[in-house]
Formats: sequence, structure tokens, C-alpha cells
Amino acid sequence: MLVRNNTNNVRIQSVEAPATGGMEPAEQHKMLVEDLDFFYGEVQVLFDISLLIRLNRVTALIGPSGCGKSTFLRTLNRMNETIPGTRMSGKVLLDGHNIYEDFDDPSSIRTRVGMVFQQSNPFPKSIFDNVAYGLCVNGIKDKRLIRDVVEWSLQQAALWDEVRGKLDNSAFTLSGGQQQRLCIARALAIRPEVILMDEPASALDPVSTAKIEDLIGELRKQYTIVIVTHNMQQAARVSDYTAFFYEGKLIEAGQTKQIFTRPQMKKTEDYVTGRFG
Amino acid sequence: MEHLRFKSKSRWREFAGEKLISISAFTALLSILLIFVFVFKEAIPIFVDDYIKEDASLDKMLCQQEFYEGREAKWSWQPNSEVPKFSLLPLFIGTLKAALVAMLFAIPLGVGAAIYSSEFASRRMGEIIKPAIETFAAIPSVVLGFFALMVLSSFLQQVMGLTFRLNAMNAGIALGLAIVPIIFTVAEDAMTSVPGSLRDAAIALGATPWQVSLTTVLPAAMPGIFAGIVLGFGRAVGETMIVLMASGNAAIISISVADSVRTFSATIAAELGEVVFGDTHYHVLFLIGLLLFIFTFVVNLGGDIVLTRLKERLQGRTT
Amino acid sequence: MSCMAQQTYVSSRAAVPNLEFRPKGRGIVPRGLTFAAVLIILLMLAIIMGNILVGGMGTISWEFLTHPPEQGMKAGGVFPAIFGTVALVILMVIAVVPIGVFTAIYLQEYTSPTSWTTRLIRVAINNLAGVPSIVFGLFGLGFFIAFVGGGIDTLFFPEEGPVWGQPAIIWASLTLALLTLPVVIVSTEEALRTIPRELREGSYALGGTRLQTIWRIIIPQALPGILTGSILAVSRGAGEVAPIMFTGAAYYLPYLPGKLNDQFMELGYHIYIMATQSPDIEATKPILYGTVLVLLLLTFSLNSVAILIRSRMRRSRVGAQ
Ligand SMILES: Nc1ncnc2c1ncn2[C@@H]1O[C@H](COP(=O)(O)OP(=O)(O)OP(=O)(O)O)[C@@H](O)[C@H]1O
Ligand SMILES: [Mg+2]
Repeated sequence: MLVRNNTNNVRIQSVEAPATGGMEPAEQHKMLVEDLDFFYGEVQVLFDISLLIRLNRVTALIGPSGCGKSTFLRTLNRMNETIPGTRMSGKVLLDGHNIYEDFDDPSSIRTRVGMVFQQSNPFPKSIFDNVAYGLCVNGIKDKRLIRDVVEWSLQQAALWDEVRGKLDNSAFTLSGGQQQRLCIARALAIRPEVILMDEPASALDPVSTAKIEDLIGELRKQYTIVIVTHNMQQAARVSDYTAFFYEGKLIEAGQTKQIFTRPQMKKTEDYVTGRFG
Repeated sequence: MEHLRFKSKSRWREFAGEKLISISAFTALLSILLIFVFVFKEAIPIFVDDYIKEDASLDKMLCQQEFYEGREAKWSWQPNSEVPKFSLLPLFIGTLKAALVAMLFAIPLGVGAAIYSSEFASRRMGEIIKPAIETFAAIPSVVLGFFALMVLSSFLQQVMGLTFRLNAMNAGIALGLAIVPIIFTVAEDAMTSVPGSLRDAAIALGATPWQVSLTTVLPAAMPGIFAGIVLGFGRAVGETMIVLMASGNAAIISISVADSVRTFSATIAAELGEVVFGDTHYHVLFLIGLLLFIFTFVVNLGGDIVLTRLKERLQGRTT
Repeated sequence: MSCMAQQTYVSSRAAVPNLEFRPKGRGIVPRGLTFAAVLIILLMLAIIMGNILVGGMGTISWEFLTHPPEQGMKAGGVFPAIFGTVALVILMVIAVVPIGVFTAIYLQEYTSPTSWTTRLIRVAINNLAGVPSIVFGLFGLGFFIAFVGGGIDTLFFPEEGPVWGQPAIIWASLTLALLTLPVVIVSTEEALRTIPRELREGSYALGGTRLQTIWRIIIPQALPGILTGSILAVSRGAGEVAPIMFTGAAYYLPYLPGKLNDQFMELGYHIYIMATQSPDIEATKPILYGTVLVLLLLTFSLNSVAILIRSRMRRSRVGAQ
């Protein structure tokens, strides 16, 4: 993993997995962010961020509240464009294509880079329609196919056994944890390559949280996942790589094990050991 | 240090002020009750007074009557003829016809403009639309009635080659103009109160802005839009001056919108000034008023409940 | 770094049937249709305003505004109607503003929004706003004139003919006050909601009673909202005809109303009468258009002032946050 150190633009710090670490060598990357600056109006909240996101790995974004984790996450699927008055510069590459330049239609990127939100936000529709929504707006008309994909997605999200037979019920009849898994199923249904998760379990009880974490463990076999979390243990449990943000800057990134056991920056160490934030 | 001595506050003034405020607060409630009681009171004799029942029994107001022997039985509203006729059916049909034309006209305009304003309009456009609608809402109904009477009616007659200048279509369109602002305001409010998290969810699934609007916002706001339509219908049925001036006021039974119509509200407005206080006609007019009151009351209550539920549901989800 | 971006990659799509997404339309149809609705509304507004402006411009003059009608309303002015309208709405405001403001204060300061009294009052307010104006007319006739006025007459003036039990400006304005009550309440409430809690608590903390807090802190703070509500009520009241038809408005009066139980002329009613009862509509047309224009200018200028105050109020609230 590569990080361009913000304090010194010339020095490029390599935190590539050490050969002795027993990790798979030369892992492929899925997304690459280069020199990203981001502004809400005149206020800059992200400063010169560069980060590699590994294919079929879980990357965790950590950092104190307000440091720009969500903002960064939302630049990866152009969600920030929906907020008026925002501005950004830099590159975000998906499989080598700049998602801000090589695609005419921002909505097509979001079918490849899916997103799950902090607060579960099912539509006021049936469970089935929630999962089928993404297919419908993307022009899939084949009823059989839709049904297959809905079932498959619910299975992937480990929700199928709980909702089969009541697919026509309103999504609001589900519990909080189930609603969040429904939102994950909904995101999976359009077969994204990358899934962005913004504190997906922070509003849930421990049991539901454990389910979501298990789910992430399953999903990482097939998907590239970027997850924002406040919970250090969670980051340690679910992620392969971790990036530490502080006041809009990317301080350090690398393998999760290394970040938590041998952080190279003082700030990172303070944060992961709970000395602030 | 010297001690400050505070005057003990006048308990009496405090008490009187508080009472004044809480009594005032019940004025609205009291008014609704009084309106019902006093309109109802004047309508009661129809059900109890034998003299009045002779001309205006329920049967005579609702069913076909053979007014002159040997002639065809009819429904007619001719309260001042030698044989007073109080059939409510022509008025009912007239009211419905005018209101339906109005809805046909106002729903697409009001809902369409609300969707545009909430979903598609640029900031600049929004700053034009909202004041324009508020201006529309501020036009007194007598002015809309005047416009329909003097301008719209001639225009429609020429364009469509109608026999009668003043008719259900003319009144209905003018009535529609009066309820567009209601439908617009309620519908737009419902759509803008759809939480941003729902829009985000749809966007994140690859929906384009117009798909977000039509497949997420619109369905979520549907109860509110429906409530707006219902409230608009209530207003269309109760609105007086426009139909009084623009409908031609002929109490006939026909389904054609090119014919003149007489509505419940216009009947009261046109006839109450000339009735003898306390005779049959007078009480029948109050009965019509009672019907209007009850109808709009139910409609408003229904719309209100739908809107509160919707708000609770949408807002409950964001917190 | 850029060379890494060129690397080949393995698609992570696997196992399930592959999905073929179709490119989406630009939503021309929904955009176009809804925009057409906006255009039609704007167009209708422009036509109505243009028609009345063009038709009435030539008539309005100082003479027109200050002289009574002449020759069976075919000439002269509309002064008595303007005077009557103004007198009517002034009386109405005197009645409706205190009651409306007190109600709003009660709802916002005295009760919790979930208590059943609040709910009941709210339902009543919403319903009052929806009662057809002609029903208000019936009510004015049945309650104010027959019951209250008639009651006063039998108690105090048993010898004379009807003194209070007849159509009069006081009854018309009270009827209108009930009709516009929701407008004042809603607008005042909106203003009350914007007052930060700290302000109230500050006053309480200094030993202020609830009434003192309301009188010295809350009402002054809510003044723009109260003003907005009052102006909107005036604008609404000035345009209503159905409620005053039977409660006090007259076709024509040779004198101006001087007492509370006098009848009066009113702009909207004047328009209705001229437009529907004139034997020679062509001859009355200029005067008619002039009167409509006067009424429109009156209501619109009032409304614009109200909107202006309200948007200022809202902006200052945003600024405060
Ligand atoms: N819509 C917005 N408009 C203006 N400023 C914003 C907006 N959203 C976020 N910010 C600001 O940008 C900064 C970064 O916010 P962001 O939500 O990305 O932080 P975060 O790291 O996700 O915090 P948390 O852990 O609390 O979710 C914060 O200072 C925040 O106040
Ligand atoms: Mg966040």
C-alpha cells in the first residue's frame, strides 16, 4: 500500500506488506486515489489524500470524529456530488479509469461501487421491492432474473432464512439489524465490485453487530470493501488494511496488523492506543 | 451591602393573564362547535316540523317527484315556484360536475408543478415558482370569478363553440385555478419532507436524479400528495364566489360540462338574501350549509390525519 | 504510481447470472411534463394579471379612489367600498389578532404538543381553515345576527325595531375574524418556534413569571411573525365575499358607516354586484375593472409585505444558528 505523506510531498512512503509477513505477495488493487482535495464551500476538509484500495480485501478507515472519513468514502462513488457547493480536485481511479472523467453518467459508477449507510435507510416499500430497486432503476425488466437476484442477494446478506415467505411485508417490519442487512442485500443486488460501508454497525446492538461483521468476513471473498468505523476492535477484527485519518489528512496506512501493533507515526499510535479521540 | 426588596408580584394579574390566554386558546374549538350547532339548529326543522316536511321531506329532496298530476316525475330545484320544489339532486350533480372539472384541471397542474419545484427546479426557478404560487393563492375568489365571467367564458365559448357561455367547464377551470395552490403547497411540502437518507440510498444504487424523484420520493410522498388532492377537492366543493359568478346557475340535470350548473354553495349565496326568515326555503338552505360543513369537515379531518401520519413516519425514520 | 493504475485486474463479478445494465434516459419526459405544468400556471397568472391591469389601469385615478359611485355605478368612484373594506378589516384585526396570538402562545408555551387539548385545538384550527366561506356566512347570520344581535335587542331594545339583530359591520368583521383565525395562529406559531429556549430559560432564571416572560420576551421576539399573520389575515379578509354577503355588506349606501351596527359597502361585494347584476355590463365594465384592480393591488401589496417580513424573519433565524 502506498501513502503519499502529506507533510512532505516528495517523500513517498511505502507500507507494502513486508515479504516476511506471510501475506499474499503483490496483491492487486481495485481503486487508487491520488492527490485528493475536497471542499465544502470554501472549507477544505480533505488534504492531498492518496490511497490504494486492494482488490477483494477489507480496508478500514479510522480516525476521530469529523476528520473526513465519511467525506472521503463518499468521493469513491461520487456521492458528494449530490451536495450542492462541494468541490474536489485529484484523481479517483477504478480499475485504472478516472471515475470523475471517464464516465459520463455518475450513476453508472454507483452500480459498480455500492454503498451502505450508517443509519439503515430502507425505502418505504416491501422487502422484495427494496432489493429489486437497484435492478429496476438500472433497466432490468426480466421478472425471473429479478427474483433470482433478490433471493441470491438476501442469501449473501444472510437474511434469506429470516425473510423468506414474507418478502411482501414492509421493510419497516424488520428489526434494526435486519434492516441494515436488508440495505446490504440491496447494495449487493446490483452486483457492485466495491462496497463502501459508513459505520454500518454503529447504530446496532452487539448481536446484530456480530452478524454484520461475520457478513463482512464472507463478503470479502468476492468484494472489495471499504469500511469506516469508530470501533478499533472492529477495525482489527474485520479489516486487512487500515488507513488512519486525522484532521482531513491521511496520516498512515498499511496492513491492519502493522497499524495496530507497530504504527510508524506518533499520532497513529496515540489514536489506536486510545490516548485521544 | 444593601438588601434589594422585590415587590411581590401581583398574583391577581398573573392569574387573569393566564386565564385570558387559555380561554382564548379554545376559541377555535368553540367556533367549530358553534358553527356546527347553529347551522344544525336551523336545519333541524326539516326533520321535525310537519309544515316544512310537506314541501321538503327527505323523500321530496332526494326522490323523483310528480309535481303536477299526470306529468312526468322529475327532480327539480324550484324553491320559489307556485309548487316549491326542493330536490337536491340537480344541485348535487352541479356541485360534483364543477368540482370534478376543477380536479381534472388542478391535479396535473398542482402535482406537476410541485414535482418540478421540489425535484427539478434550479434555485432561480424555485425563486420564481413559489412566489408565483403564493400570488395565485392570494387572488380573491371573487376576482377569479370575475375573470371567468368576463374573459374565460367568452374564450371557451369561441374556441369550443359552446351554446352556453357560463357552464360547468368555465366554472370548473376557474375553480381549478383556485385550488392549484392548495394541491401544490401540500404536495410540495410532502416531497421536500422526504428524508435525504432515502434519496441517498437511491442514488447509491445507481438511480439518476429523475429516477430518484419518480421511484423514491414520489412514492414516499404519495399519501401527502393524495391528502393535497383531497383537501383541494374539499375546497372545490365549498368554494362559492367563483361558481356563483361563472357557472350560469341553472339547476338542471345533465352530464355535459357544456351545460350550466348550480352548485350547493352558489345556491345558498344566491338565495339566502331573498328568503323569508324561518320558512321552508330558509331551512333547506341551512340544511345545504350543514351538508357542506359536514363534508368539508370529514375531508379536512381525513387529510389532516393522513398528513400527520406521513410526517410522523418520514420524520420518525430520520431520527 | 500511474503504472500501477494500468495493471490488469480480475473482475470480482462471479457466480451469479451477470446483469446487463441499460443506460438510463435523461428523464426528458418527466422533466418536460412537470415543467409544462409550471409554465401553464405562470401563463395563467400572467394572463389574469395582465387582463386586469390593462382593463383597470385607465380607470384608476384620484377621482375614482375618492368619489362615491354615480349613475347606478356606471360612473363615479369606489370610495365608500374602499372605506368599508378598510373599516371591516380593522375591526376584524382588532378581534382576531389577540385571540390568534394567545392561542398560538397557549399551544407553544403552555401545553406539550402531544397532550390531547393541543391535539384537539389543532384539529379545530385545521378544520376551521377548511370550512367553506359560505358556511361562515350562514353561521354569521344564525349566530351573530339572530342569536347575539337578536338577544341584545330583546334584552335592551324591546320597543324598537332591530338595532343589533340585523346585518352590520361588526357582525361581518367578527365572522371574518373567525375565518382568518387560523392564518394568525399558524403564522404566530411559526415565529414562536424559532425563539431559542435559552431566551425563555434566561428570563425564568432571573425570577420572571411565565406571564412576564411571555409579555416581555416572547411577544416582542415573535412580533414579525404576528405582523405577518395579521397582514395575511387582512389580505384574506379583504378578498372574502361570501361570509359578508348576509352579515353586513350592502349594494349601495348613500352614507359611510359610522357606527358598529351600520351596514357598509365593500370592494369584493361591489365587484360581485356590478359583474352580475348590472343592467348594462358594457357601461359598467371600466368601473368594474378599476374596482378589481384596486382590490388586487390591495391584497397583493399586503401579501408582498407579509412575504417580505417572513423571509427576513426566516433569514435571521438561519443566521442565528
Ligand atoms: N454537508 C456538509 N457541509 C459542510 N460541511 C460538512 C458537511 N458534511 C461534513 N462536513 C464537515 O466536514 C468535516 C468532515 O466530516 P465527515 O462527516 O467526513 O467526518 P467523519 O470523519 O465521517 O466524522 P464522523 O466520524 O463523526 O462520522 C467535518 O468538519 C464536518 O463538519
Ligand atoms: Mg461519518
